[in-house]
Amino acid sequence: MTVAVSILPEQQLAVLNAAYRQAVARKRLRLLLGVMIFAAALVLAAIGAEVNLRTLFTYFGNFISYFDRILTLDSGQRVWTDFGEWLWGWRKWLKMLGETLLISYVGTLIGATFAFCLNFFAAENTSPSPWLRFVVRRLLEFARTVPGIVFALIFVIAFGLGPMAGVLAIAIHSTGALGKLFSEIVENADMKPVEGIRSIGASWLSCMRFAVVPQVTAGYASYALLRFEINVREASVMGFVGAGGIGQELVVAIRKFYYSDVSAILLTIIITVFIIDITTGWLRGRLFGKEART
Amino acid sequence: MTRPQEVDTRELRARYPDVFDRPASARLAMPAMIVAAFAILVYGLVDLDFSPSRFFAGLSQLGWISLMMIPPDPGSSLPVYLKALGETLSIALLGTTLAAVFALPVSLLAARNVIPSQILRFPIRRFLDSIRGVDTLIWALVWINVVGLGPFAGVLAIAVSDFGAFGKLFSEAIEGADQKQVEGIRASGGSALHEIRFGLLPQVLPVIAGQVLYFIESNTRSATIIGIVGAGGIGLQLAEQIRVLEWQRVSFLILMILVAVAAIDFISSKLRFAIIGRRAVA
Repeated sequence: MTVAVSILPEQQLAVLNAAYRQAVARKRLRLLLGVMIFAAALVLAAIGAEVNLRTLFTYFGNFISYFDRILTLDSGQRVWTDFGEWLWGWRKWLKMLGETLLISYVGTLIGATFAFCLNFFAAENTSPSPWLRFVVRRLLEFARTVPGIVFALIFVIAFGLGPMAGVLAIAIHSTGALGKLFSEIVENADMKPVEGIRSIGASWLSCMRFAVVPQVTAGYASYALLRFEINVREASVMGFVGAGGIGQELVVAIRKFYYSDVSAILLTIIITVFIIDITTGWLRGRLFGKEART
Repeated sequence: MTRPQEVDTRELRARYPDVFDRPASARLAMPAMIVAAFAILVYGLVDLDFSPSRFFAGLSQLGWISLMMIPPDPGSSLPVYLKALGETLSIALLGTTLAAVFALPVSLLAARNVIPSQILRFPIRRFLDSIRGVDTLIWALVWINVVGLGPFAGVLAIAVSDFGAFGKLFSEAIEGADQKQVEGIRASGGSALHEIRFGLLPQVLPVIAGQVLYFIESNTRSATIIGIVGAGGIGLQLAEQIRVLEWQRVSFLILMILVAVAAIDFISSKLRFAIIGRRAVA
């Protein structure tokens, strides 16, 4: 079956074509302008960051050979030919990894507790007074924007070297991040139960306890688990500034060029992060699955 | 006053057995989990050397430090700090751009609708996962070993760690794209490359641009901290001033970082709205 495609007369086509070209040309011009501004910003940034392509080309071989070196044992063999030799320090590393996990666990739990206490004051619909909301929000924003490792640097001086500084740094950062997320959940909560409970003369505290909390706990738990996952990564580098965990071992291995140790520690970190990711993912799936069923 | 009506609890119990007679396992699960969580917390506090005396001593020390931070004062090195801030912004911009440029082709290889073969995609995905499993700070340390101290190492560190993140995000964006346009191009005789160029990329580029902008924003934060291990930028100054206990300068630097991050947040959210439209974000 043939279908006739109707072709417009010349004059009409010319007008349409001209309009189309104009529209496309305007779009192209805007795109070109955007690309040029971006390119200019890049050049400026390259000068600012002292980017030297020649250094990169000269040393890029080093980057490749660095991985070659960290995968070679002192005896000149590949690391996977002799696991006993490669993972010689596994007892110590596992202990440090355990410490890293504990740091992130305790930090997340403390952070989540503080975030739980503060988020009702930060949420628009439950905050008892506007100025309190303003203060709490700025506080959370501060805790969230200053990077955890900066807190760790300061805490190492105040509390001394060791995991305590790391825990507190992670706790503060998590309070900021979770406080914001928690308050967003509360803002999305249904307010009808709150009205119902207030109508029988309940105090603000019981309104929160019996009307808001039952709605939001699953969401809270999910975000807290996600935060734990992020905090495991963060705790793995807290040791760089002396705040405990496996980072301490890693930075020593990197700085002192113990090549095969670097790859062994990196491997243990990557595997741990994988396991934690998978476990928390599964747990969160179960939490939300349960929520969907009821 | 009317008395509340007597409620026949027996009938209610019979009608809602799920609420009143939950099995013991369901009733005990929650308290058991709380007790377990609390037990691990206590074990953690003991194992990590938390002692009240140490905590309060540290807290008073922290109080002193905060007092000494006021007022923030850059001393005579304001120009140095401004230059370092510029360096940080440059690191974030360059690192993110580099990562995006390299991640786009790789993400195509990791997307299910471009490469249907599971065997080919699997190693690429695991490769991207392991890159993401390593923190930016660790990459910074590695690059310092390779290209020496300075902001260049920072650029490369951000580029490598974002490469992993972008590879995953981009490939998810590509998998979410509408297949109909690709099929249309195949139907009119386009090659596989044509399908990607005219069918996929126009759909995913705005999404990708939004993600890149968001990462530039979040990398401004990362770029402030990679200086702590010696990879340039304002973090280097911050770590130095903390080590020599110049608290007024420390607080000034922290304020500078906060202001810069807020400014970048503002600009990039404006740009993101302009690129992908208000609907897509909200």
